[in-house]
Amino acid sequence: MEKDQLFQYLLRFGDNTLVLGHRVSEWCGHAPVLEEDIALANTALDLIGQTQMWLGLAGEVEGKGRSADDLAMLRDAWDFRNVLLVEQPNGDFGQTLMRQFLFDLWHDLVLTELQNSAEPRIAEIAEKASKEVRYHLERSRDTVIGLGDGTAESHARMQAALDLLYPFVGEMSAPDEIDLAAHEAGIGPDLAEIDQRYRAALSDLMGEATLTLPADSFAHKGGKSGARHSEHLGHILTQMQWLQRAYPGAVW
Amino acid sequence: MYAQMVKSTGDGVKSRDEMSDEERAFQDRIDADEKIEPKDWMPEGYRKTLIRQIGQHAHSEIVGQLPEGNWITRAPTLERKAILLAKVQDEAGHGLYLYCAAETLGVSRDELTEDLLSGRMKYSSIFNYPTLTWADMGAVGWLVDGAAIMNQVPLQRTSYGPYSRAMIRICKEESFHQRQGYDIMLKLANGTGDQKRMAQDALNRFWYPSLMMFGPSDKDSVHSAQSMAWKIKINTNDELRQKFVDQTVPQAEFLGLTVPDPDLKWNEETAHYEFTEPDWSEFFDVIKGNGPCNAERLAARNKAWDEGAWVRDGLLAHAEKKAARRVAAE
Repeated sequence: MEKDQLFQYLLRFGDNTLVLGHRVSEWCGHAPVLEEDIALANTALDLIGQTQMWLGLAGEVEGKGRSADDLAMLRDAWDFRNVLLVEQPNGDFGQTLMRQFLFDLWHDLVLTELQNSAEPRIAEIAEKASKEVRYHLERSRDTVIGLGDGTAESHARMQAALDLLYPFVGEMSAPDEIDLAAHEAGIGPDLAEIDQRYRAALSDLMGEATLTLPADSFAHKGGKSGARHSEHLGHILTQMQWLQRAYPGAVW
Repeated sequence: MYAQMVKSTGDGVKSRDEMSDEERAFQDRIDADEKIEPKDWMPEGYRKTLIRQIGQHAHSEIVGQLPEGNWITRAPTLERKAILLAKVQDEAGHGLYLYCAAETLGVSRDELTEDLLSGRMKYSSIFNYPTLTWADMGAVGWLVDGAAIMNQVPLQRTSYGPYSRAMIRICKEESFHQRQGYDIMLKLANGTGDQKRMAQDALNRFWYPSLMMFGPSDKDSVHSAQSMAWKIKINTNDELRQKFVDQTVPQAEFLGLTVPDPDLKWNEETAHYEFTEPDWSEFFDVIKGNGPCNAERLAARNKAWDEGAWVRDGLLAHAEKKAARRVAAE
């Protein structure tokens, strides 16, 4: 795997956790119940911690002296490599937890495989992150089931969230040349195989949550390749990067 | 602590002759520094005052998430973002311990929450001030958490067991909060001209509101006298405010920042700083609901609660269905 490809591959993980961590942190102080405020902050905190590891390694691999902070705070939208799913707005609590579950399920499968990566630094990060993500998945899965199989209103809201977000699921497991190169080098998992396991687990879980997977399996793409992000990413970066952009070179 | 002007019985402290046998025995236990536990007999006034005080403290932790939450998405580095997230998460956790402590006195978390949302119960005046720049994250940690610690450290010895134990846990985390705030200020104070200006501006805006956190002088307050006799308040507001000023002024000097009080001076004789009292009319305006952010803070909490109703109902309905299915299967 070429150095630039590995760099791009690492950005995908780091940008997924950065952008999702940002989204989840937007909830701070506004959750439906105190325990959820704590859990959401905790999830965001884990994701930001993982970002430091992934982007730190990405900067090392790139070899141009860029730190994790430089990569997070000083790239524009076209250089971000997160999937479209994680940049989608929070919506209501149900939409946030549906987004979280759809991502956690994939994240957990991938991190489990990455622990056997031929690149030891990746295996090491995956091992640490995997422990946290297992807990994220447990919580988001339980919440999706609970709200799907709750009241008529909670069911309707969760079905709407699933319908809205399902078109963003396909991108995660659709391999492109970088994913294929990573798999070939023994660095990353076989995404086609991940996709099968993901779909089977998703289908089981949605049954338990009494929710119906949309028939149309159309998938929006362009996030992890950077070809076409949604309009939302620019607004996220406007907030996230404000201080670093407004006061260049300052140390915080 | 984040409780201000907590009303007690309003009748003043009873003399031993005026006390019933139960009240006398209760006061003897307090005087002997014994902890009062939830199932022990306690005067109704003690219970009510504690509910007000612990409830106000819990509400302050919850509303206190908002001014700092305001900067999480804009934190300048990943590390600062992580630290701020951890801090706000701690505050929600403190709210949880405190609501649990209040529940041991026979009031539910939902009842307390409704009293907060309707405005019947207060939270600390300090959270009605806006956080306008990143330096405010420094000032809030350094000054606001600093003032809170001043109050909370003695409360670890408070007479009510569950409150005292909650306070011991909370104090451990608060000192980390204060250090992170001071560390932000230190970076800014040693930074660029803009950063120094930002730090000074934050100190200017947060100095007097921080002094107000201790509440107005209570040397003549019957409520405070009763609370002190019951050891649910350990020091007077003026004592704590003085201690805070004495501790904070040298820290400001170390940062190279100027405390916005031209009359501030060290008194060799008393070994204390002399300082200007905050504008108490501003304090009473804020308490009445006219602070810069009262309406927004309360609206944000009400919105979170109202919009979360379907989530709470949904999860409850699911738990009931699950329990019913379990019963049916047995």
